[in-house]
Amino acid sequence: MAEGIPVTMELTLLSFALGLALGAILAAARVFGSKPLSVVARSYIEFFRGTPLLVQIFFIYFSLPAIGIKLDAFAASIIAIGLNSASYQAEILRSAIKSIPEEQYLSAESLGMTTVQTYRFIIFPQAIRVATPALVNEFVALIKYTSLASIIGVAELFRRTEYMVSYTFMPEIYLLSAVIYLAICLPTSQFSKMLESRYAIPGYRRALV
Amino acid sequence: MSGELLRISGLRAGYGRIEVLRGIDLRVERGEKIVILGPSGSGKSTLLKCIPYLVRPWSGEIHIDGLQVSPEPNTLRRIRASTGFVFQQYNLFPHMTILRNVALPLELNKEMPRREAEKSALSVLNMLGLGELAGKYPLELSGGQQQRAAIARALAVDPKLLLLDEPTSALDPELRYEVVETLYQVAKQGRSMLIVTHELDFAEAAADRVVFMDEGLIVEEGDAREVLGHPRKERTERFLRRLRSRLNSFPPSN
Repeated sequence: MAEGIPVTMELTLLSFALGLALGAILAAARVFGSKPLSVVARSYIEFFRGTPLLVQIFFIYFSLPAIGIKLDAFAASIIAIGLNSASYQAEILRSAIKSIPEEQYLSAESLGMTTVQTYRFIIFPQAIRVATPALVNEFVALIKYTSLASIIGVAELFRRTEYMVSYTFMPEIYLLSAVIYLAICLPTSQFSKMLESRYAIPGYRRALV
Repeated sequence: MSGELLRISGLRAGYGRIEVLRGIDLRVERGEKIVILGPSGSGKSTLLKCIPYLVRPWSGEIHIDGLQVSPEPNTLRRIRASTGFVFQQYNLFPHMTILRNVALPLELNKEMPRREAEKSALSVLNMLGLGELAGKYPLELSGGQQQRAAIARALAVDPKLLLLDEPTSALDPELRYEVVETLYQVAKQGRSMLIVTHELDFAEAAADRVVFMDEGLIVEEGDAREVLGHPRKERTERFLRRLRSRLNSFPPSN
């Protein structure tokens, strides 16, 4: 069963990374893109948020081979979960950028900064702080969603739990797997809190009160 | 150190369909300090923002030191690098220390290396008595300190013209005092300043000229003491009377 843990982590890390890269592109398309580009990005986001992840995994693993795209179960899972996560991460990034007040742009402009400089030095560094807790949340959610990959046969934590149960006829083992998931998720959330306080904008909380 | 620094002619601007500035003509000489007065909604703040094109004018011309302001990116950068702008709400960058706030424009506009920019930023902060706050972040400071830091940031690039948009309006009375002190200090250095403010004492003591605006037009302008003491236009007089009675209403004058 323990061999399932690294597989679960790999699935999570790779699909999160894919989701972040694609999510950043989608967010950029929505914030900076032309009207048609932004509509395309938005349709993508609505589609992947509006359909079940399980259906997306099945589609990529079972339906794509019909048009000649054949992926092994591991790759199909990463792509399906990554494409799905991209839609959520795109919205997290977009709303973080939008949350930076207009005055910050005006202030940067008044100092003669170019648009690129404004985003690079002023907007993005603040937006990423706003986005971090939600991104870690998404990461924790993915740790759990990767269990869906068991259905198409990826030997991750949950799949291996099922092997164990069928060998031993001890359904209590499901509880053990839940504990393992918990043992992975809790430190991740803790890490997020640490990250947040490390990079928090000094005085920000006080300013809100 | 004389001659024309800023010339505004026929300036019209607004938001959406609402015209806020209805034809402004204004000249500022080098080294001159001008206070702009007027009721809220008279277009003072919009006028100030139009100068470095933070608000895009509808029509009219603005020349700073002979260079016509235009939306062309290079011109715009040069114009903005030669004007300092201080906002009512300070608008410092909260994720950077005060020192970084002041040094960054120097690095980007004057292409100064970081060490040099920070050295020069620190000397401006020291000049305004803010040296000890260099390592602090904006939201750790009081409003008055933030506004003084914002003034330091605007001054760091050694602008030809300093534009201040109601720099004390967002502050409590006891915090206003320290900002006004800083304004006096900056005014003494001979830099050209255009200040929208209701600080009449400051206007009287430090301004060369007062401009009174109402409903998007300049109603009256002239020597500070003259306009404040003996306004020619009735509207100016009424405005000043109201402003003074408001300022003197505590403690209640019996």
